[in-house]
Amino acid sequence: MNEHTNLLEIKDLTVHYVTVDGTVHAVENLNLTLPEGKTLGLVGETGAGKTTTVKAIMQILPDPPAKILTGEVIFCGEDLLKKNKKSMRKIRGKQISMIFQDPMTSLNPVITVGEQIMEVIRLHDKKISKKDAYTKACEMLELVGIKADRAGDYPHQFSGGMKQRVIIAMALACNPRLLIADEPTTALDVTIQAQVLELMRKLKAKYQTSMIMITHDLGIVAEICDYVAVMYAGEIVEYGNREQLFHRPSHPYTKGLFACIPNLMEEETTLIPIEGMTPDPTNLPTGCRFHPRCPYATEECSKTNPASKEIENGHHVKCLHI
Amino acid sequence: MLKYIGRRLLMMIPVMLGVILIVFTLMYITPGDPVDTLLGDDATPEMAEQLREELGLNGTYIERLGKYLVNLAHGDLGICYSTKQPVMDRIIQTFPNSLKLAGCSVLLSVAIGLTLGIVSAVKQYSLFDNIAMTLAMIGNAMPNFWQGLLLMLLFALHWKILPASGFDGWTYMILPAITIGTSSAAAVARMTRSSMLEVIRQDYITTAEAKGQTELKIIIFHALKNALIPVITTIGIQFGHLLGGAVLTESIFAVPGVGKMMVDAIKARNYPVVQGGVLMVALTFSLVNLAVDILYAFVDPRIRSQYK
Repeated sequence: MNEHTNLLEIKDLTVHYVTVDGTVHAVENLNLTLPEGKTLGLVGETGAGKTTTVKAIMQILPDPPAKILTGEVIFCGEDLLKKNKKSMRKIRGKQISMIFQDPMTSLNPVITVGEQIMEVIRLHDKKISKKDAYTKACEMLELVGIKADRAGDYPHQFSGGMKQRVIIAMALACNPRLLIADEPTTALDVTIQAQVLELMRKLKAKYQTSMIMITHDLGIVAEICDYVAVMYAGEIVEYGNREQLFHRPSHPYTKGLFACIPNLMEEETTLIPIEGMTPDPTNLPTGCRFHPRCPYATEECSKTNPASKEIENGHHVKCLHI
Repeated sequence: MLKYIGRRLLMMIPVMLGVILIVFTLMYITPGDPVDTLLGDDATPEMAEQLREELGLNGTYIERLGKYLVNLAHGDLGICYSTKQPVMDRIIQTFPNSLKLAGCSVLLSVAIGLTLGIVSAVKQYSLFDNIAMTLAMIGNAMPNFWQGLLLMLLFALHWKILPASGFDGWTYMILPAITIGTSSAAAVARMTRSSMLEVIRQDYITTAEAKGQTELKIIIFHALKNALIPVITTIGIQFGHLLGGAVLTESIFAVPGVGKMMVDAIKARNYPVVQGGVLMVALTFSLVNLAVDILYAFVDPRIRSQYK
């Protein structure tokens, strides 16, 4: 892949949570690239380290207990992990912004939504007057389909779907180059999910924002992602573009994920679950982390943690048996 | 909002009636006769009987209660047995002193308690947090009268920089205000800390961080306002207590406040003063509670929308 077209490049990122009960190996030697203007889907089970990864990009991990041990997060050619607090604050909200999982708790209940949108606008544009910022906030609300006269309302006066729209408006208010969406539709009703996704897709196209979409819904991945990274126990086990991943899922875990999707065309009524549980992150298995649950595992898998292999152009798989 | 306040004020009437009934009954069944205290040992039974008649102590329970209520409805709280002043005048003399003292102590405890609580929460488990919370525990555990005497010994007797007792100027306020303020400050600090700790783990704090907001502004604009509700409750309770209940401290430092007036009156079986004092304390307590509830609405829009 050409270096210059990559908006974001994560190299060897390792994040641990150090607690009295032990060290949680949340993210381990993670490598990831996101070309400018594209959408990357980050897929995996709960606890795979997806949220930790994106929070490490923004450096909003709770410290303590989180510690970024090694790695580089290269955004627009600069390593974010080397930046000081002040310059990082200028990037957060302006260059990279984030949409959170639960719209119910992500807005401050005692501040009007208009003010919350204005806050991010005024933080990154010191010269803008209060009145202009308010007008801009109202425009953002209109953009996500909320009437501007509701800017003076408080979050509790909105429904879940509308709150998520407010959060989207807030995230896009400064026209960021990278938008991180952490399971933006998980907490919403199915009908609202579709609306919110459609809105995000429309706005992404309008603003030409690159996006990282965390999800465990492969349907969402198929719909809006250009690239997909499958995460398991803190590692990327498979990475490729959407077509590669959907046409040729190669890692046993990815195959397992696809087998879990109900298919209306087939007669079979039972789904095939992936046996076993996600490993305890304080006590990860040796060798390949997936081997205790892997149907193809051999003796060697418990000893060697496989390196990532490129099986076709840009399609990487972390498995010994590929 | 106004409707809500009006309703709450109306609801105070039965509360006050209840308070009057309880205090009146308690004083009625308490053994002891005010006449004995007033006349001393030399009094003849005839003099005692005459005085009893004058003070209206001869009627039955119902007669006396009825008379008290009728007078009260006319705004008459009765006459103080010992000074022969209307009770209302005595309250007007003493209440401002209690108010000043309570105001100073609350300001002190809010300033110290909020600061300690916020910093402790933000720097949880740090050295500062440990020291502040140990101090808060000591402040909470220390008995008022002991601390008052200690301060008096040090500042008034040993160093001679502050007056020991009386109430002739603002310097007289320092020691009693510190005495009362310490335990309130400790309570406010602990409440602020725990409330802040809960709030700074909320998602909207992460949202604010993700916007690029500075840590200080996140604490002040995003966290504090959300953490204030339980803190306001604590401050309200403390303030209510201080207004009428700083009995020990007022006695130690000879502050002529409502608390001291009531203690003296109880000792002398000065019924009208006790009743008037308790009524006043109950009234301020209710008003402070109302103020606290209004403050809630001011701080939290979710509560505000319920008041409509």
